[in-house]
Amino acid sequence: MTDEEINTEILLDHYRNPHNHGQIGDASEKLIEFNPVCGDTVQLTIKIENDTISDIKFIGRGCSVSQGSASMLTDRVKGMKIEEIKKIKEKDILSMLGLNLGPSREKCALLSLNALNKCIENHEKKAQGGN
Amino acid sequence: MRSWQQIKGDFPFFIENGKNLIYLDNAATTQKPKKVIDAIVDFYTHWNSNVHRGIYRLSEEATDHYEKARKNIAGFIGSRDPRQLVFVRNATEALNLLAYSLGHGLQKGDEVLLTIMEHHSNIVPWQFLKEKGVTVNFADINPDGTLDMEDFQSKLTKKTRIVSATHCSNLLGTINDARKMGKLAHDNGSIFILDAAQSVPHMPVDVEKLDCDFMAFSGHKMLGPMGIGGLYGKYELLNGLPPFNGGGEMIREVYEDHSTYADAPEKFEAGTPNVAGAIGLSSAVDYLRDLGMEDIRRHEKDLIAYTLRKEEESGIGLLKSYGPRNPEIRGGIYTFNLGEISPISLSDDLNNSNISIGSSIHPHDVASGLDRYNVAVRAGHHCAMPLTHRLNVVATSRASYYIYNSREDIDKLFESLERIRRLYA
Repeated sequence: MTDEEINTEILLDHYRNPHNHGQIGDASEKLIEFNPVCGDTVQLTIKIENDTISDIKFIGRGCSVSQGSASMLTDRVKGMKIEEIKKIKEKDILSMLGLNLGPSREKCALLSLNALNKCIENHEKKAQGGN
Repeated sequence: MRSWQQIKGDFPFFIENGKNLIYLDNAATTQKPKKVIDAIVDFYTHWNSNVHRGIYRLSEEATDHYEKARKNIAGFIGSRDPRQLVFVRNATEALNLLAYSLGHGLQKGDEVLLTIMEHHSNIVPWQFLKEKGVTVNFADINPDGTLDMEDFQSKLTKKTRIVSATHCSNLLGTINDARKMGKLAHDNGSIFILDAAQSVPHMPVDVEKLDCDFMAFSGHKMLGPMGIGGLYGKYELLNGLPPFNGGGEMIREVYEDHSTYADAPEKFEAGTPNVAGAIGLSSAVDYLRDLGMEDIRRHEKDLIAYTLRKEEESGIGLLKSYGPRNPEIRGGIYTFNLGEISPISLSDDLNNSNISIGSSIHPHDVASGLDRYNVAVRAGHHCAMPLTHRLNVVATSRASYYIYNSREDIDKLFESLERIRRLYA
């Protein structure tokens, strides 16, 4: 098997049996990210304690790339410091997937990272607001 | 006569880069025969100069080539008078021109009637007129993907000034009864526009027989180069329209405070035109005429009939396709899903039961999967978002055929779909 085939298998495994799937009842942040072009949707709920993501769950629907990458991303950031998460770049997600995606499908791959970044932004705005 | 597969040999793309590719995205654009590519190279090699203005021989020759191309292409669509053909960039530009220029004569309360199966290019330009208080209405479809004529007639009102409709849907493949629609529009006193982007390349189209007032088509969907297309208009109507773009070529005289305009078609061809494009498209028209439009239509009818048969035999339970099942009223377009995914409303509270897609495979995964087996199809909304939502799906996959496709290509499509279904099961 080529690397591409192995990575496709890994992605499909996440797609079929997603990790961190569901919703957190008492989430610190909740956000829906949507791609109008293909209808891919990811909803994140995250719990932030001591500047750390103590828990993260997602539900969503769409192609294997958008949903599989959400499963992989949530695995990766659970327990991570916010400051560390902010350093995750788009290319890190693409190399995590290890697939040769075209530009249109890269948008699918980055859907959950965008959602996560917006969650963190919202959280920080709230913190700055002092409440 | 040569077989359809032998025709592939005329296309450098299939000899070089696309040797093993099953190209099924012809509704988006077609490959180009060597003859067309040569005609473009020949123009730039031997005749390149600007048209309609040089007093020297070379420019006159270039003008001659350009105007011969106009005559040839006009004849191909059944227009005896070449002045009725305006060269534009593509069908989209033709429709924008019409919405802009015809829009001048519209007033608050006037209506434009479209169908729900229109491409965005035949929706958005008309929506621009909403600012003037013009209403845009859509005739619905029947469950079988044909136009709901009852709905069409009920929406054709005293206020309907323009009817603009597709001849062949780029998603459903439905071939509309353009003659009948045109007759109804004319009896109502409305202008009738035909978007022929998906029909002129695939079947005999005769503007005089169809009796449409205007017609739009694109060159690149019929073996010609990108960036050239046609707007046909009945001469009196066409010449009566105000210009779209201003500039050189379209004027008679320019003064500091006003200008007078040339007659159609020059009136609508401001700036240096795409001369090489027109010559390339003319060459494509020669190529298509040699093959015979009747034979091309017969070939594509065979391909779509074979596809629908193959679909029934395939036993792929998830497979669902759209559009009329009668090949007589169906172009070579096969739009399908491996399980349907309906659009969701983000205003609803999302939970896993209302967003789950179950065993459906997203069209993006279908198209990427087919790509891995060297089958090129399109996935998405195909620039027909209102229709996609009318079908209650987020997206679809689409295979669209042309002269160089064969039954073997369709076998490969279904084999690959079955492999994808197994992979995701």
